[in-house]
Parts: sequence; structure tokens; C-alpha cells
Amino acid sequence: MADADSVVQPQVVCASSTSSSMGDRATFRDGTVSRDGPMSRGAAMSRAGATFRDRATFRDSAKFRTVGVRVKESVATAIVWAAAGLIVAVLGWILADIFLKGVSEVSLSYLWNDMEDAGRGGGILPIIVSTLAILMVTLATSIPLSLATAIALTEHTRDLSTAGRLVRRSLDVLAAVPSIVFGLFGNAFFCIVLGLGYSIWSGGFTLACMALPIMIRTTEQAIRAVPDEYRYASAALGMSRSTTMFRIILPAAAPGLAAGLVLGIGRALAETAALIFTSGYVTRMPESLSDSGRALSVHIYDLAMNVPGGNARSCAAAIVLVALLLMLNLLSAMLTRYVGQKTGTSMFERNDG
Amino acid sequence: MTSSSPNTLFPFNADRWLAFVTRTCALFSAIIVLLVVTFLALESWPAIQHVGFGRFVTDASWHPLSGLFNLIPMIVGTALTTIGSLFIAVPLGIGSAVFGCFYAPPRLAGFHRRSVELLAGVPSVVFGLWGLVVLVPLLAPLGGSGQSLFAATLVLGLMIVPTIALTSQSALQAVPSQLISGAAALGLQRWVIVWRIALPAGKSGIKTGLLLATCRAMGETMAVLMLAGNVAKMPDSIVSPIRTLTTNVALEMGYATSEHRAILFVSGLVLMSVVCIVILLMDFAGGWKNG
Repeated sequence: MADADSVVQPQVVCASSTSSSMGDRATFRDGTVSRDGPMSRGAAMSRAGATFRDRATFRDSAKFRTVGVRVKESVATAIVWAAAGLIVAVLGWILADIFLKGVSEVSLSYLWNDMEDAGRGGGILPIIVSTLAILMVTLATSIPLSLATAIALTEHTRDLSTAGRLVRRSLDVLAAVPSIVFGLFGNAFFCIVLGLGYSIWSGGFTLACMALPIMIRTTEQAIRAVPDEYRYASAALGMSRSTTMFRIILPAAAPGLAAGLVLGIGRALAETAALIFTSGYVTRMPESLSDSGRALSVHIYDLAMNVPGGNARSCAAAIVLVALLLMLNLLSAMLTRYVGQKTGTSMFERNDG
Repeated sequence: MTSSSPNTLFPFNADRWLAFVTRTCALFSAIIVLLVVTFLALESWPAIQHVGFGRFVTDASWHPLSGLFNLIPMIVGTALTTIGSLFIAVPLGIGSAVFGCFYAPPRLAGFHRRSVELLAGVPSVVFGLWGLVVLVPLLAPLGGSGQSLFAATLVLGLMIVPTIALTSQSALQAVPSQLISGAAALGLQRWVIVWRIALPAGKSGIKTGLLLATCRAMGETMAVLMLAGNVAKMPDSIVSPIRTLTTNVALEMGYATSEHRAILFVSGLVLMSVVCIVILLMDFAGGWKNG
């Protein structure tokens, strides 16, 4: 950049922009960043060390420069707003469409009756019972495991530093494993090696493996969010570590723990691919946990793909599922807000370890 | 942290017991990954031994019941849908994150973020259902049945937008505010601040989000299963039906036996190794951060 224009005089820049007092980010949400086109461009270059694509503008008149910059600024604003708007629109479109197509089928008797004609008639009671049974197995396995793992990772980390890292790494990998791979694993391990067959047990255990990483992470964050002063005070009173844990820290972290639990339930409810080959898709009312049972999400898939004329029914089941998830989402948001008020931290901030 | 002294009243030491139990559980949680890898490897061993990797690319076609195991169409399907969905999701996701951090009025930013979180929580089977009921009839006039590479890619792209948007937004929020206010004090235009300062500074976090989104797109099963048409042939246009590695497993696992079944596990193993490599690379880049 040999242009004389591109040499910035910092003093001038400061003098010209002190009036707008840029204290923090909020200041320029109001849209008055600067009118100082060429200066700002030169400064941008020196600040970020980047090269300029459009030198030509520098040679143009001051008025034209300002107009060009304004046009670019408004184009950028339009693009960003469009991207954000599109996402919200898609969400609205999906929810509205599913709702409109299925709402005529949803009623109390739909939730309460047995299924008829491969799902084209009757209700979804067996599906709901199977879903809850699978969820119960999942939670009964993953709650103790995630709680214990989180305690080990937070309260005994110093002794475990290398091991602790390894545990976290493996949980990170576990969180990213595709659900169909969990389905394969569940089929090979729970159904065949452990001899559980296509059953609610197999499905529940497979989902427990899937929900574990997110539950451990949220539990860990909830425990970490408890102020250290609680621990010091407890130690000063001569309480043992385990007493501190169960009487002080876990009660204080309870809303955060509940929020983690809700997230885990949400993940388990939304899952389909891992369940097809573990809990199966038998539509009978399950008599015990060793029976195969069809989960709500599998039911949606089966009606849409394998039952001709099942689309409206499938949408109805999707309404039930989405309504459940929305309620859980709301619950989790409320709990999180409560935690935030209590400890002054957000539990979903990442990298706070 | 607090330290515990041996309890003189009871021979049973609750602290040690707690440490032992919780550590055992932590170990167990960590071992699940190994268990998954081990079982995938065990189950896919017959295929690697008897069929061999060579035949996955040299066989004439995918007709597993006649002993023809060409996985190339599925690999191509996975690659095309993943790359295509990234093309859709990256601009949308990063645009949405920039909107949330720099353009939205505060109240709208909260609403927008909640919407993105909701979209992230929509189950993949519901995305698939929506695509099947709404999008496929709309796309049918383009040719074919509407269940096509294009439909699958489009919905997959929308599915991974929230992943990219949320991680990019955290990355942008983590950019030191001195950089931003300094730039603003120099009188920079907003888009210059975003483009030249915020995005370069948040690059590593955004990259992490992209990798996670890639993993998710590769591993997605249900939505693709419902939208891609599932024909195990090389696609010749954007509206021809395709099959991916994941949907291949979901479609054939029900009746597969012996070598055929083992080959499905090979595809699972391949997906799993790609995910492992991505996560380990991210670790390597992040230098054991967050540990």
C-alpha cells in the first residue's frame, strides 16, 4: 500500500472518535459507529494486518468514499439479518407445518387408546409406555454413572489429572459418535453378547451410553458453579469431603443437576437410529422390560416411511414428541436461569474448567 | 480443595470409599468408547478377513445378497451430502452468529438465540418427516420423485446450522472486548470489525464448530434415510436418489447376516474412526485445553 491515504494518523482518529465514546460492545448495537470512511479503512488494515481488495476507493472523492462504505455496510447488514431471519423462518415453518398437518389427529383418546391398523387408527398408548420404559432404564443407568463421574472429575481431579484428561477426551469422542454407530454397538453388545435381545433393556442401555457425555458435562459444570467458599467453610467446620459433597455441594447444585438431567432426557427422547436395532419396533404393549417396544421417534419414522397413508398420523406423533421436547426445553431454561441468578454464572458457558 | 483427615470414630472411611466408587464409575464411563470400538472391530473382522478392503472398491456393484460389496456409491453419497450441507450451513450459521453478537438489538438477540437452540433440539426424525411431507412434494417438479441428493442435502444443511451458529457465537463472544472496542474507537465500520477483527480472532472456535458439524452431518441417519431415496448407485445428477453409509446400515441391518452384516459394521467402524480422528485433531490443535 503505497497510497498516501493509507497512512493513518492515530491521534487524528482518536480525536475524531472520542465524541462517540466506544466503551463496550453495546455501544455500537445502536448503529452509530463512525462516519469516518477512509480513516477507518486504513486503521482496519493496520489493526488486522490485512491487505485491501479495493484500493481504488482510496483515490476517489471523500463523498463517494462515504457512500461506497455505507452501501457495503448496508449490504452486509442485510445479509446478516437475512441469514438470521431465515433460520427463525425455517424453525417456524417446520413447527407450523407439522402442527397443521397433524393437529386434527391429536386428542385425549389418541394418547390413551391402543393402536390399530399399523398406526393408521387408534391411539399411541403402547408407544408412550415403551418410550417411558426405555427412558426409565436410560435414566436409572446414566444418572448414577454421570453423577459419580462428574464428582470424580471435579473433586478428585488433582489426583487424576492425566486420567481425568483421558476420561474427558473419551467422553468428547463418545459425544460425537453417530447414533447409528451406537445402534450397531448396542445390537452387537447388549442384544447379542449380553443376550438381552431386542428389548427395552437394550434400547435403554444404548441410550444411556449416548446421553452420558452431555449429562456428565452439565453435572460437572453445575458442581463447579458451587462457590469454593462453601467448600472452605465446610472444611473449616471439620466436615469430611463426602459429607460436604452430599450435604452441601449437591444440594446447592441441585437446579443445575436437574437442568443436565433434562438435557439428557431430551437427547434420549429425540433419538431414533440407535433404537431401531436395539429396542426394535414391536407395537404391542410391553409386558416387561425384556419385551421389545417401539419408541415415539421410531413410530414417527415407521408411519412416515413404511405405512402408506400414515403421514398425518406421523405428524400427530411428531406433535406429541415436539411438545414433550418443548416442555423439557422450557424447564431446562428455567432451571438454568435459576442457577444463573444463584451463582452468577451461566452453566452452558464452555471452556470454563 | 478441602482435604480430609482419617475418621477416628469409624473404621469405615467414607471419603476413601467415595473416591474409590466415583473413580471406578469415571473409568467405566471412559471405557464405553473402547467398548464401542472393540465391538465394532470384532464384528467387522470377518468382512476384513474374508472380503478385504480391496473388494469394497473393486466389486461391480452393491448387491450384498449375491456377494457383491461395492461401497463406493455409499461413500460418495456420504461425501456429497456432507460437503453440500456444509455449503448451506456455513454461511447461514456464521451469519446467524454474527447477527447475534454484533447486529441484533439485545432483546432480539435473546429471541434469536433461543430459536437457534430450539432448532438444535428438533429431533432428526422430525426434520426427516417435515422434508418428506413438505419439501419432497415441492422438489418433485425438478425431476425424479423428489427424494433425492438435493432434498437430503438441503435438510441436512438446515439440521447442522444450529451447531455452527451456537459454537461460532460462543467463539465470537469469547473475542476479547478490548479488540472490539479498540476497533470501534478507531472508527471502523461494523462489517469491517466483524470481517477483519472478530472473525479472525474467533477463528479457532469457529473451526471447532465446523468440525463438529461435519461429524454430525456425516453421522446423520434418519433425516437422510427419509429423504435421499436410498438407491445404492452412483448419483448422476443433483436430483437422483442416493444412499449414504449410515442409511445403508439402517436399511440393511434388519436382515443382514454373516459377511453382509460384518460389512455394515465396517461402515460403522469407518465412521467411528473418522470421528475419533477429528476429535483428536481438535485436541491436538487446542493443546489439551479445557482438561
